[in-house]
Amino acid sequence: MTLRADLEIRRGDFRLDANFSVPGAGVSGLFGPSGAGKTSVLRAIAGLDRHPGVVRLGGTVWQDAECFVPAHERAVGYVFQESSLFPHLDVRANLEFGLKRLPEAKRRVSLSRAIELLGLEKLLDRTPAGLSGGEARRVSIARALAVSPAILLLDEPLTGLDAARRSETLSYLDSLRRELEIPVLYVSHVHDEVARIADHLILLGEGIVQSTGPIDEMLTRLDLPLATGPDAESLLQGRVAGHDERYDLTFVDAAGCRFAVPHRELADGTPVRLRIAARDVSLTLQPATETSILNVLPATVEALANTGAAEVTVRLRIGEEVLLARITRKSADLLALESGKPVFAQAKSVAVLT
Amino acid sequence: MNADLTALTLTLQLAVVSTAILLVLGTPLAWWLATSNWRFKFLVEALVALPLVLPPTVLGFYLLVALGPAGPVGSLLEALGGRHLAFTFSGLVVGSVVYSLPFVVQPLADAFARIGQRPLEVAATLRAGPLDRFFSVALPLARPGFITATVLGFAHTLGEFGVVLMIGGNIPGETQVVSIAIYDHVESLRYTNAHWLAGGLLALSFLLLVGVYAVNRRFRLLHP
Repeated sequence: MTLRADLEIRRGDFRLDANFSVPGAGVSGLFGPSGAGKTSVLRAIAGLDRHPGVVRLGGTVWQDAECFVPAHERAVGYVFQESSLFPHLDVRANLEFGLKRLPEAKRRVSLSRAIELLGLEKLLDRTPAGLSGGEARRVSIARALAVSPAILLLDEPLTGLDAARRSETLSYLDSLRRELEIPVLYVSHVHDEVARIADHLILLGEGIVQSTGPIDEMLTRLDLPLATGPDAESLLQGRVAGHDERYDLTFVDAAGCRFAVPHRELADGTPVRLRIAARDVSLTLQPATETSILNVLPATVEALANTGAAEVTVRLRIGEEVLLARITRKSADLLALESGKPVFAQAKSVAVLT
Repeated sequence: MNADLTALTLTLQLAVVSTAILLVLGTPLAWWLATSNWRFKFLVEALVALPLVLPPTVLGFYLLVALGPAGPVGSLLEALGGRHLAFTFSGLVVGSVVYSLPFVVQPLADAFARIGQRPLEVAATLRAGPLDRFFSVALPLARPGFITATVLGFAHTLGEFGVVLMIGGNIPGETQVVSIAIYDHVESLRYTNAHWLAGGLLALSFLLLVGVYAVNRRFRLLHP
C-alpha cells in the first residue's frame, strides 16, 4: 500500500513542508543532510508527534484535519536510532512485546520467521545488556517486524555501528527486502547506505522535498546534490552472464556491455546491480589498447557539472543507462568534452549488489 | 513490657498502612509530576515538598484542627454519622500520609522522569496503549524508585514524633507509638525500658536497610 504524507513541520525557526509518497513495495530512502527533518517526518508518520497535515496509508487515514490515529493504533514497525530495547525484558520477551498485543487475525509475519531472517536464534535468552551493538540492532528490527507492520520505518538503523557490523546489518536488511513484501522507509544521511539498500529515493533539503524518484536516476541527476557530492556513484541493472574459472571472474551484462568483476557465487541469469563510483571512472577518446582496466565502455557525454574548483562530474549515456565520471577540470578541457561527444569510459572498480 | 510490645505492634501497623496508602496515592501523583507540562506544576511540587521544611508540630496542629470535631473534615465525618479523627489510629494514618508524602513522591517522580520518553514511545509503536505502557514499561523500569520510596516512607513513619503527638496524643493501644513510648519512659526515668524500645527500633531500621542494600546492590537512598 502506498503511503501518502503531506506534513507541515514547524519548530521554532525550523520549517519543513514534507509532501511525498512512499511506493507500496521496496525500500524508499528518506535522504538528506543532518538537521533536514528526516526523523521528524518519520515520527509524524508513526504518530509519535503531531504536526498539521495528512498521512494516509492506502485507503486508511492516519491523520487529517479531523482525525489523528494514535501511535499504538497505526500499523507501523518503527526502529529507533538507538536500539531502545526494554532493559527489563530478555530478548524473547522484547520480541514478543508487540506480537502479544496484536490480534491473531492480523499476524502475517511469524516470530520464528523474523528470528530466522535476522539470525537471532542463539540470542533469545540473553538480556539486552548482554548484546553487542549489532545484535541489539537486529533484535530491534525483528521486534518491529513481529507486529506485522504495513510499513517498516527505519531511523538511521546503522548509527553507532562499526564498519563490519554496518555491512553485516545491511546484509540482513537486504535479505528482508527480498523476503518480505513490506514497504520500508529508510532514513539516512549516508550516501553509501541508501545507494546499497534503496530502490527509491526521497530527497529532503532546504525545508522541502527536493525530488523523488528511482534510486539509479536520483544518484545521477546533475541538478541534485548526490551526483556532485564526494561519494557520487552510478547503479547499472544487469544479469550474471557467466564465469571465468581460470581468472576467477564473473561476467555481468549491463547497459549493453559485458562487465568482468571478481568472482561471485551467483547463477547465470541472476539479476544484479552494478555499483560504480564516479571517482573510479576515467575517460579516453580512443579505446586504450594496453591497459590493466578490463571494463571499457563506449559512451556519449550527456552533460557536465562543475564539482568544486578543480573537478567536474560528467554524466555519460551508455545505451539505456547512465554512468557518472569524476575527472579534473583540466582533463575535461584537454579532451574537449561537451554534450554529444563520444568517449570511452574505463571503470577501474565495479561492485556487485544482489 | 507488654505496653511496649503493644506500642511496637502499633507502630509497625501504622508504618505498613501508611506506606501502602502512600504508594497507591503517590504513584499517580508522581507520574503526573514527571510527565505533565502544566504551567503551574511548580505549585503542586511546592505543596508536596512542604512537609520537608515544616516543623512537624505545625503540620500536626493544623491536622488536629481539621480532623477534630470542630474542623471541616471531623465535622463532616460526624455529620455523616461517623466519628471525628482526632486521637484515633485513623487520624494517625492521615497525619503520617501527609507527613511522609514527599519521601515517597519524590523518588518515584525522579524514577519516572529518568525513564524518559523513548521506552514509552517504543511501546506505543509496539501497539501498547497509554495504560498498558504505564503498567508494562514505566512501572517495571521505575522499580529502584519504588524500593527507595517504600523504604523511605516506611522508615520515616516509624520515626515520626511531632505529628503523632499532636493529633494522636498518647493512648496506649490506639495512638501510642514507639517514639512516644520512649519519650514517656525517659520522662519517668525508666531508662531500661527506653533502652529496649530505642534499641529495638535501631535494630529494626538497620536490618531493613541491610535487607534492601543486600537485595539491591546498586541501591542509593538519597540519590536513587
